[in-house]
Amino acid sequence: MKKFIIGILMISSFLFGQTPTAEEILQKIDDNMVFEKAITTAKMIIHGRSRSRTITSKSWAKGNDLAMVEYLSPAREKGTKMLKTKNKLWIYTPEPTDRIISISGHLLRQSVMGSDLSYEDMTDNSSMIDNYEAKVLGDEVILGRKCWILELIAKNKKIAYYSRKIWVDIERLLPIKEERFAKSGKLLKTTEITEAFFQDNRWFPRHMPFKDALSKGKGTEYILESIEFDADIPEYYFTKAGLKR
Amino acid sequence: MLSIKLAWRNLIGAGLRTWLNVFVLSLSFLIIIWHKGIIAGWDRQAQRDTINDEIGGGVFWHKNYDPYDIFTLVDAHGKIPEKMQTEIKKDKLSPILITQATIYPEGRVQTILLKGIIHSQTVVNIPTAKLSTNMEEIPAVIGTKMAKNNNLKVGDVVTARWRDANGVFDADELKIVEIFKTNVPTIDNGQVWIPLSKMQSMLQMPGEATIAITAKEDGLRKNVGSWIFKDHNYLLKEFKEMIKMKNFGGYVMWLVLLSLAWLAIFDTQVLSIFRRQKEIGTNIALGMTRGQVIKIFTVEGVMYGVLAAILAVLYGAPLLYLQAKNGMVMPEGSDEYGMAISDKIFPYYSFGMVLITATITLISVIIVSFLPTKRIAKMNPTDAIRGKVQ
Repeated sequence: MKKFIIGILMISSFLFGQTPTAEEILQKIDDNMVFEKAITTAKMIIHGRSRSRTITSKSWAKGNDLAMVEYLSPAREKGTKMLKTKNKLWIYTPEPTDRIISISGHLLRQSVMGSDLSYEDMTDNSSMIDNYEAKVLGDEVILGRKCWILELIAKNKKIAYYSRKIWVDIERLLPIKEERFAKSGKLLKTTEITEAFFQDNRWFPRHMPFKDALSKGKGTEYILESIEFDADIPEYYFTKAGLKR
Repeated sequence: MLSIKLAWRNLIGAGLRTWLNVFVLSLSFLIIIWHKGIIAGWDRQAQRDTINDEIGGGVFWHKNYDPYDIFTLVDAHGKIPEKMQTEIKKDKLSPILITQATIYPEGRVQTILLKGIIHSQTVVNIPTAKLSTNMEEIPAVIGTKMAKNNNLKVGDVVTARWRDANGVFDADELKIVEIFKTNVPTIDNGQVWIPLSKMQSMLQMPGEATIAITAKEDGLRKNVGSWIFKDHNYLLKEFKEMIKMKNFGGYVMWLVLLSLAWLAIFDTQVLSIFRRQKEIGTNIALGMTRGQVIKIFTVEGVMYGVLAAILAVLYGAPLLYLQAKNGMVMPEGSDEYGMAISDKIFPYYSFGMVLITATITLISVIIVSFLPTKRIAKMNPTDAIRGKVQ
């Protein structure tokens, strides 16, 4: 019922050309970005000081609590799998070690292979509306797209970024630019969506450069090569036994 | 007395061969004493520095604290109990709050341990008094290695990022107010010291700590609630084991040199018995017992040991004394092994260590000198006088 009322309100706002409320926009972003189940194949290009590294991976995700990632390349990492269930984390390394190691859930906060993304960022599928209070600051054309500017302040005390500023594509309802801030107000991370694609009635990011705003590094590019929404994922994928399949 | 005189005459008569044997043996004496002196000096210095700079009289660990697993720091903190707070007021205990953080010197990403410490503490030798400075940035104290590795100097401002108790990111500027010199890398490499009260407020952990260092003279020495007391035996265990390993390495080196000396003495004795068959036969024919003849040859061997000890004292003592006085400069990068080590090690030679080393060497030389003389007991005096090979 709640969703229905919000939907009616949004349709009427859009029809009359008015800026919807911040909550309506967040809800729409969540509807677009948050998925129940998905299988994705992605490429991550980590730009170092002297050279860049490319890591490709395939992920199986269910909600925000269950995720399994398998590294496909480089050769050294191929076959390594990572299973996240709520706050627990396991890593499987293939032959010759063929071992499953339980890792402290705190590792989720660490950088993925020296990139500008943490495991938490990488497996994040959480709802914005559940975690943030939002305010519309205005609109602006950015990356060639007309956007609403939103300021988000954390209402969930356990969320990594206290505040965010997002530029939401009015047409595609994607946060095409984002700035993430520390509690002190210092800018920590920036992301952009420089390429998006339309699939299964939703717009989804294809190419996202991430940048640690405090470092002089060249950042990390995240490229979503394919995604299959509401895919049929067997339950055992999210079990320790599934890591060795 | 006769056997000593005869032995001495024979040794001098052998000339260069004797002195070569004596020199190799003296070298073996000297090297083991020098090596043990260096290790003992390092052991004393490292333990003293670790106690003064890092562990005081022992450390209370929060029950979840594991220094070998950085990820446990998120859960390794708790309220300081009343009993410990009383000790803190008397400056007998120094609480420290630890968290993982990231700094960005010149825009580079560097993972560090951020440590909060009371600025007025005197429990450990860290210049924390400088942390009482009032300034816009967070005052920070670092060690020389940390400063060198990150190209930081006093007055530099560097951005730090951390997560609070709830996992929320925060960031602020740190200003380096002091750089201190320490021989203990575990309080220097990758570590930044800031005021405890500031850190507690940054992390939203008021009145909390991760560890608490006790004063080395006196203070609490037993577990307090969930705070586990770790004494010197526990905290220095790893270092002591490494010293044992180093000592073992020294023994191997000693054994190699000693084996060379044993071989030389053994060969000399065998050759000597072979070449002096007529002398042995004559001595026995003149009424000497076989035991007396064996004694002469054994005393000759023992004299190698005595002469070697005298020679080692003659040229070794001034060398060892000079090094004990001036210290031995350690090569660049020695401190990167993670163990407490100073730029210079001052060897420490105890009387007991010298005595034990000398005694073991001498006993081994006596055994090696004696073994070849057993042939004398089997000699036929008539054949020996004739010089018949036996």
